[in-house]
Amino acid sequence: MLTTTDLEPNQEQLNRLARRRRRQRNEQRIVTALLFSAAVVSILTTLGVVVLLISQSVGFFADVSIWNFFTGTNWAPHISPEHSGIMELVSGTLLVALIAGIVSLTLGLGAAIYLSEYAPERLRRVLKPILEVLAGIPTVVYGYFALTFVTPIFQGLFGSDQVSVFNALSAGIVMGLMIMPMVSTLSEDAMVAVPRSLRDAAYVLGATRFEVATKVVMPAALSGIVASFILALSRAIGETMIVKIAAGATPNLTLNPLESIQTMTAYIVQVSGGEAPQGSFEYKAIFAVGLLLFAMTLAMNVIGRWVVSRFRQQYE
Amino acid sequence: MAVVIGVAGLVALMLDVLIDGLPFLNWRFISSYSSYDPSRSGILGPLGGTLWIVALTALFTIPIGVGTAIYLEEFASKNKMNRLIELNIANLAGVPSVIYGLLGLAMFVQFLFGGSRNVTAGALTMTLLVLPIVVIASQEAIKAVPASYRDAAYAMGATRWQVVKSVVLPQAMPGIMSGIILALSRAIGESAPILIISSLVVVTFVPTSPDSAFTVLPLQIFTWIGHQNPEFRGIAAAAIIVLLAVLLTLNGAAIWIRSKYQSRPEQ
Repeated sequence: MLTTTDLEPNQEQLNRLARRRRRQRNEQRIVTALLFSAAVVSILTTLGVVVLLISQSVGFFADVSIWNFFTGTNWAPHISPEHSGIMELVSGTLLVALIAGIVSLTLGLGAAIYLSEYAPERLRRVLKPILEVLAGIPTVVYGYFALTFVTPIFQGLFGSDQVSVFNALSAGIVMGLMIMPMVSTLSEDAMVAVPRSLRDAAYVLGATRFEVATKVVMPAALSGIVASFILALSRAIGETMIVKIAAGATPNLTLNPLESIQTMTAYIVQVSGGEAPQGSFEYKAIFAVGLLLFAMTLAMNVIGRWVVSRFRQQYE
Repeated sequence: MAVVIGVAGLVALMLDVLIDGLPFLNWRFISSYSSYDPSRSGILGPLGGTLWIVALTALFTIPIGVGTAIYLEEFASKNKMNRLIELNIANLAGVPSVIYGLLGLAMFVQFLFGGSRNVTAGALTMTLLVLPIVVIASQEAIKAVPASYRDAAYAMGATRWQVVKSVVLPQAMPGIMSGIILALSRAIGESAPILIISSLVVVTFVPTSPDSAFTVLPLQIFTWIGHQNPEFRGIAAAAIIVLLAVLLTLNGAAIWIRSKYQSRPEQ
């Protein structure tokens, strides 16, 4: 006969259960702490970047007034602190980024319209990964391509006395090719999100496919397209190796894309690659340039993502 | 149309590199060190450096990246602190790679290793650079695991860590793997931060320990492109072919893993 005492767990079993629960709780606590510390690494990285850039720049701005830094038009910190006007580097950076932006927007937007409005599903599934290969090619390779393929073409077109071996145009165009998949992916996402009913309404009114794409879908997806353009520009401003290889090392305040220029990123790698000793004025200068670069790209990324998130709220 | 120009650009790039580089590509090129004579130069040194960088970066990135993603998706409550971490990761993904180079130079080379420009400093810098890629990919993969799986495990009395370890992670593994592969292929191709950290032009050795000096494949390519002797461009192109072959294989593997994962029937 089974008695009630047989069904009740004995003391030893209870102890074992309690021990196991305690062990699990401890394990859980340790794991949570470990995982949290992993997550903190990213916060520490950001803090590290900000603290480093600001602390090193403080030494730089002790010698150069911020006003001179932003308005001076001669960048030669290796000669003297008086020649520390960043405008030459900023103009070089913006010139290349603008060319890259125009190229990537034209190509990327065109590709996005084609892929989202025209291409049959099967072709789309083949074309998208091919375009995305462009984004996975290392930037040195693009630099090589710009220098050995694109620049000779322009020298052939305009004459090699007009086109410098290192110039902003080749670097910008090739960079635009590199960023194009980013623009096309983001813009296409925005276009695919435009409700079917808007397109149907336009078709019912007798619109052609092209009219639907340009007059209905594009305006409706405009904020997504604008965001992709801003994010692309930010990528272009931060890109280093293409401009280092193909755009030159001559700080130059010019709008002529056929001349040799220098960008902020190219200056940073040029100096930090070895020659400037730690603590020297030039060494501090690269952190000041880095701080401005960081601020510019961060601002554009924040704006770009803000535009994207605002756009998402509209249709969901 | 635009797509055609994009594809044409890709084809032109590939052809340009192949035409310039193929004549130089042979086994001797892979198995010898760089030299002042282009016809005798090879990529053994940078190849070894790249291997070290990838191995160490994987070692640092995988636990930190996947750990961050698990914490954010499974353990963190949606409070301000954790939203801040997520926002921060998104912003880190947009920081230019030269900035990471500066950070690595000051924090790892000068502060941690007392001025030694070694391969561990390079790998730590790369880790910070590719971490957002692993975190974001792993988060997506973890999010895609159906809630019913978790609920079933919880209903059987599993602890949170047991659920993550035995249910969520195995399910999310293909997505996490493809994120890791993409991150590592980014680390292989990236050169700006390594240019700042390594700054070596001629390397005639394979790194033998974590505190060896080093160069990597893209940096060697950069050095050869900038050489006064234009003959070095040919071997730069040959090295590019090797680099692209490695990267395309890795990217292909990532895409294959992802598509295999996506084609699995949803339960």
